[in-house]
Amino acid sequence: MAERVTESEFTLESASLLAAADEPSAIRGRSPWYLAWRRLRRNYVAFFFLGLFIVIVVACMLAPVYAKHVAHTGPNTNHILENVRVNGKETPVVSPGGIIKGKLVASIPIGPTWFGAGGKFVLGADQNGRDVAVRLLYGGRTSLFVGIISSLICVFFAVILALLAAYYGGWGDFVITRFFDLMFAFPVILLGIALGSALAINGFHHFGINIESGSIWIPTLIISYVLVPYVGRPLRGQVLSLREKEFVEASIAQGASPFRVMFVELLPNIASSILVFFTLIIANNIILEAALSFLGAGVQPPTASWGTQIADGQQLIVTRPWLSLAPGLAIILTVLALNVFGDGLRDALDPRAKVKVSH
Amino acid sequence: MLAFLVRRIIGAILVCIGVTFIVFVIFIVVPGGDPAERIAGKNATQQNIENIRKDWGFDRPFYVQYYRMMDKMFSGSLVSYTSQQNVLQQIEQGMPATFSLAIGAGIIWLFFGILVGVISAIKAGKLSDRVITVLALIGISMPVFWLGIITRYYLAEGGLTTIFPDGEYVPMTSNPIEWFWHLVLPWTVLAVLFIGFYGRVLRGNVLDTVNEDYVRTAKAKGLSPNRIMRKHVLRLSLIPIVTLFGLDFAGVLGGGAILTETVFDLHGVGQYAAESINNFDLPPIMGVTLYGAFFIVFFSILVDLFYAYLDPRIRPT
Repeated sequence: MAERVTESEFTLESASLLAAADEPSAIRGRSPWYLAWRRLRRNYVAFFFLGLFIVIVVACMLAPVYAKHVAHTGPNTNHILENVRVNGKETPVVSPGGIIKGKLVASIPIGPTWFGAGGKFVLGADQNGRDVAVRLLYGGRTSLFVGIISSLICVFFAVILALLAAYYGGWGDFVITRFFDLMFAFPVILLGIALGSALAINGFHHFGINIESGSIWIPTLIISYVLVPYVGRPLRGQVLSLREKEFVEASIAQGASPFRVMFVELLPNIASSILVFFTLIIANNIILEAALSFLGAGVQPPTASWGTQIADGQQLIVTRPWLSLAPGLAIILTVLALNVFGDGLRDALDPRAKVKVSH
Repeated sequence: MLAFLVRRIIGAILVCIGVTFIVFVIFIVVPGGDPAERIAGKNATQQNIENIRKDWGFDRPFYVQYYRMMDKMFSGSLVSYTSQQNVLQQIEQGMPATFSLAIGAGIIWLFFGILVGVISAIKAGKLSDRVITVLALIGISMPVFWLGIITRYYLAEGGLTTIFPDGEYVPMTSNPIEWFWHLVLPWTVLAVLFIGFYGRVLRGNVLDTVNEDYVRTAKAKGLSPNRIMRKHVLRLSLIPIVTLFGLDFAGVLGGGAILTETVFDLHGVGQYAAESINNFDLPPIMGVTLYGAFFIVFFSILVDLFYAYLDPRIRPT
């Protein structure tokens, strides 16, 4: 036990003595990641939604299994002229249309059969007689692929640009921040559809990169490109304030190379923000993919994606609103799950952080 | 102050030039079909196409083409490749619809966004806060165009009722009541996302500000909670909302609400842009891009000036 210290003789030395005497086991060093994990562990809501997201991802990954063994059809297989046995009754998959509620409807596909047709057309068919449930799962694969991969690419470039701009300052910083300003002056969706329709015709064949038109990589790369400044700008701000800290100065004084300072000293300090941004930007990108596909500048038909499905369903909304409702609900559930989990992650990693993603 | 303004305005002009140049390059460098063939139509001879190429200057270097296009744009004689209609007139025709949409929706989302944010901050942790948080999260997780399609079907096309008219824009000057009635759904749909987002941002800001020292001082002075919230907490917490609102509002004014305009068929500037992009019609796309970029840079200068007014600690130098 340290001797009793009065205020007048309080020095740093006695302070450390006092601290040492204070139950040494309670102040064991813990990594910030462990502390964050402890906070996250108690957030059951965030965990529930993480679970929901994982369930959605797994379900979409299993799309081929469902298509082959339950629905016995593919995502792009047409069944326009076929009949299906629903509860023992032969029903045409697509019936002829007519004027319904004052609107000309070209055709009426079969509605949800639930389990009446032995797993076929569980959620009905679309105007080409394609199985909606199968397309919903395959569409989810496309939407999740575009969302996750574009977020990875976007965050990767945003981090590199933010580190370069904030570390070097001066001209490099000037050029990079002006590039961000330029991108901010475009409405995201306008730039997205401009690039999307320009590339939809012949694909992209420059700089040794060859992407065929209709490739899923076109929307993926466009989305990652247009959102770089939205992640890069806030990260640059964070690096800029870290750049002034003593540990960076110490590292430079020890002769560390710029590469080492950027990636070994600075990068780990913004890792938690990057992780949160990554989660939230996936949600954002799934919605953006749907919007671009809806306008015809994203995923190209016949590839299924939640956005193209909503666009397909819009033509039949008077008779079969479910065709637009189902993919929309799928988007909402997925995006909601990511947003709630992202929020939980942010609260856990840095209770006072101000990371925000805008649409 | 003056130096700040001059610098920002020069920057804004440069951004506008840069933005149009990028769009120009996208559509020239990325092969999208020869504009001369597009203008000449289906049954044109090779000679026709050659003539058009010469007349319109498509054989000149791209920077000359860019200069000519900008020159035509500012003299008001820029015409579309496909319909040959004057681009400026078309944008002017779309502006009433776009402005009506932006102003109405802006009022709704700002009002409800602040209301929702303040209520959930005051009731933080209570049931009403949780309900609002859930609703706000669902609001920001919805694709705008999907919400538009669904509300249009259920409330205007007879899915449940037809109390609202089905799409289209009616000029305010011809019938103010119809104008309002036709815009109720587009306003609401466009506002939902922003309400959720602003509410959440404001809630966080208010909760941060409440812990500031000067708020404690105000409390110690014996000010009423109401006055503290209005005069001391909100004044600071609203600053980020001002930035967000300035830029989002400018985006919608500049034709950024492409999805809402298209779904409800309002024939605004955004829908004009979307249609031109689908037709691969470069002049209107250039026109709308410049028009949109103008609003965004103009409003970002405005926001910076308003900042200085709201928070005396920030003064542009």
